[in-house]
Amino acid sequence: MASRIFGSGIKRREDPRLITGQAKYTDDLTLPGMTHMAVVRSPYAHAKIKAIRTKKAASMPGVVAVFTGKEMEAAGFKPIPCAWVVPGSETKTPPYPAIATEVVRYVGNAVAIVIAEDRYRARDAADAVEVDYEPLPAVVDAYQATQKGAPRLHADVPDNICFHWKVSGGDVEAAFRSADVVVRDTIRNQRLIPNAMEPRAVLAHYASGGGELTVWATTQNPHILRFLLSVDTGLPEHKIRVIAPEVGGGFGSKIPHYPEDSIAVFASKKTGRPVKWTETRSENYQATIHGRDHIQEVEMAAKKDGTIVGLRAKVWANLGAYLSTASTGIPTILHGLMLSGVYAIPNIHEDVYGVFTNTTPVDAYRGAGRPEATFLIERLVDLLAGKLAMDPAELRRKNFIPPFTDGHGVATGITYDSGNYPAALDKAMKMADYPALRKKQADLRKKGEYLGIGLSTYAEICGLGPSQVAGAVGFGGGLWESAIVRFHPSGKVNVMVGVSPHGQGEETTFAQIVASELGVPVEDVEVLHGDTDQTPMGWGTYGSRTTAVGSGAIMGAVGKIKEKAKAVTAHLLEAAVEDIEYGDGKFFVKGSPDKAKTIQDVALMANVAWNMPKGLEPGLEASAFFDPPNFVYPFGAHIAVVRVDAETGEVRLERYIAVDDCGKVINPMIVEGQIHGGIAQGVAQALWEGAAYDENGQLLTASMMDYAVPKAGFLPKFELGMTETPTSVNPLGVKGIGETGTIASTPAVYNAVLDALAPLKVSSIDMPLTPERVWRAIAQAKGA
Amino acid sequence: MRNHSVSIEVNGTRRTAEVEPRLLLVHFLRDTLGLTGTNIGCDTSQCGACTVLMDGHAVKSCTVLTVQADGAAVTTIEGLAQDGKLHPVQEAFWEKHGLQCGFCTPGMILTACELLQKKSKPTEAEIRHGLEGNLCRCTGYHNIVASVEEAARRMRGNRA
Repeated sequence: MASRIFGSGIKRREDPRLITGQAKYTDDLTLPGMTHMAVVRSPYAHAKIKAIRTKKAASMPGVVAVFTGKEMEAAGFKPIPCAWVVPGSETKTPPYPAIATEVVRYVGNAVAIVIAEDRYRARDAADAVEVDYEPLPAVVDAYQATQKGAPRLHADVPDNICFHWKVSGGDVEAAFRSADVVVRDTIRNQRLIPNAMEPRAVLAHYASGGGELTVWATTQNPHILRFLLSVDTGLPEHKIRVIAPEVGGGFGSKIPHYPEDSIAVFASKKTGRPVKWTETRSENYQATIHGRDHIQEVEMAAKKDGTIVGLRAKVWANLGAYLSTASTGIPTILHGLMLSGVYAIPNIHEDVYGVFTNTTPVDAYRGAGRPEATFLIERLVDLLAGKLAMDPAELRRKNFIPPFTDGHGVATGITYDSGNYPAALDKAMKMADYPALRKKQADLRKKGEYLGIGLSTYAEICGLGPSQVAGAVGFGGGLWESAIVRFHPSGKVNVMVGVSPHGQGEETTFAQIVASELGVPVEDVEVLHGDTDQTPMGWGTYGSRTTAVGSGAIMGAVGKIKEKAKAVTAHLLEAAVEDIEYGDGKFFVKGSPDKAKTIQDVALMANVAWNMPKGLEPGLEASAFFDPPNFVYPFGAHIAVVRVDAETGEVRLERYIAVDDCGKVINPMIVEGQIHGGIAQGVAQALWEGAAYDENGQLLTASMMDYAVPKAGFLPKFELGMTETPTSVNPLGVKGIGETGTIASTPAVYNAVLDALAPLKVSSIDMPLTPERVWRAIAQAKGA
Repeated sequence: MRNHSVSIEVNGTRRTAEVEPRLLLVHFLRDTLGLTGTNIGCDTSQCGACTVLMDGHAVKSCTVLTVQADGAAVTTIEGLAQDGKLHPVQEAFWEKHGLQCGFCTPGMILTACELLQKKSKPTEAEIRHGLEGNLCRCTGYHNIVASVEEAARRMRGNRA
């Protein structure tokens, strides 16, 4: 690790192709004979399909074929599988047909497809497909969907309750009985729309001669997609190749295996031609998963001195109309187990009801479950501080789990790896000059101006994760990673990995690891990913796992390369292998550093194999698998400073201070970039973004005109700081950093706004905190 | 509807074609000419991923009909680097980590080009305002703003 490459903010090697327009995203690809697919979607949230008339569309110019779900079923295609069923929660998994045949259950549900020679003609014909619907009553709110008389989505799911999951630790009833104070809130952690800038796309090519299927797709996890495609298309896994070319952001929305993936395969099989489908943004709003959408009834019990003794929550998690790939794991395992955050809370209980509604399926969106947990606890801590008239920083510090390096068990049953929460808070408060901010706030209040200071101290579970745990919690796969490190005769290196980065920069950071460990120039290392034929099996990029788990596999392969290189060196230098040491890219005889071979010398000899030790295979290549013994738990402290205009309700974010700890940092520039983007998405949940449905299930925020993806002018420059608490979970001591910003920033900004309004006695406003909502809350408080 | 003949100078080369009257410029660039560097991120002219320079002005090519570009000079991201040398805005985006997934980047860079043509030393607020027609979901704009500031420095340096 002596090399300066590790830990340095070198420029990304991904960038040259991206800044010149040479990168190829899925929609950029064209195959000979390729056709274009358009999807006919339901305009109703809930309706019976009475008839579908396709004749007119099929006869239009340039149309190759029109298909319905019945034909897809007849071709043997199975419903879209759900890949996470949490045990002990009586989860119902109603079928999720790729194309609806009898009933549509959300606006955007596919009902037919058109295959045509170009995208204009496909769209024209899709508009000419006639569908007769018999509308049914719809329900969009997760709580209302569980009430008597609510419309039922699936015949075998009474009260629309998909599952009831519980987590408990200690004795929460006793804690509440003995408490001095209790604070309560009802929180709507609103539905968000991920909005990766690249809409989804899939290009499927089935070659009937040999039965091979190639699928190019906007996926975060090509190996999982291949596995799931083998389940619903019926094609064997070894005949399927999935390629994730350049992928334009995902934020969780490109984890799932979507209906269009298998529909395109079906269409290619039927027409004998390659089929490309590219989502329009309007389709993306309806047909790509949404995130969050919890209704939470929460309460916290404490002693007079501020010691938190208990936490209780009841949650209705909206799952949408069908179970998307990882949907049931998000509001349970990734949410409930993190309920106590960074605090020592001995008594906890949570009930989570997963609920079907006539809305777009809900799955992982950046943070996925952890933002819903962090907001809940950070909000309650602030309410408690208000009730006890304590400074929110002081109350947090009082309840922090003390610093630890060798694991710390919490009431929900999991064990955090390492943490130093007071250090992060201290640093953030210093950067913000917290006392000065409080003084400024007091001065401004005298003038009738509203400045707010909001804190959020968080820990999150990521680096998913130990496969044994994945199995125990019902995840339908493993969560290990693999890597192949391959030296070519010239000493250049290819690293093949099972993870599939799409903007996070691991082509650079992984090259930094290999360059540092083996002493090759970083430009001599090329990282390959995103092609199931080219890379070893791996579970993909999500849950801030790519570096935390993927680097473990790389380190395993690097270790094997070093061992083999020592054997080759010992043979060439006629020394004992035990006497060979490694340092700075050279293998040398102990005590005689001039008797040495470089890794490039070894690579050449191993590849030509003219003079190898007896019994040693030729080649310098190693493959390794890494299954982490635990998750990793990055943490930090964020502080938001806002100004609220009490006349208009407008909130302006003036400063944002973030101190994060992701253990060892490989490339600080990339880490900071991840934090910036995460903060923007979390701030946006607090202030601007929110999906809205009307009571009939029409999506009102169905385009970028109606859904407020933040623009450059909405945000300030962020002030970042780091602390470094390594983990022992993986060889490099690294934790994930992809989601921390999103997890931490929503409560920081929300708490800041409510802190600003404290003199007006406003204690709760539903997110997003739009000027109208803030203004109404102020007006109501003044009127009260 | 009959097709129209258009002649458009794209990245310095005159291209002629018979196009449908409804063909969007972005589809002409991507599907007819194979210049896929210009991306499509929305269908309501919000995201700016498809921004190109038309006669020097940043336009959203999803909102321009190909026939409207007849006779115009269009620069796409593929035409920005000259003689194998990156444009200072491209260099600055690379240097300052102004991109992650890269999908918004071509549009963002071309918008920044026009911004810096109009104003050689923009303030942070002017940069943020100038980029309001271009959405990025990855960077939180922090490093995009830093990239444009860096590009402005480099371009002023080139002129000096």
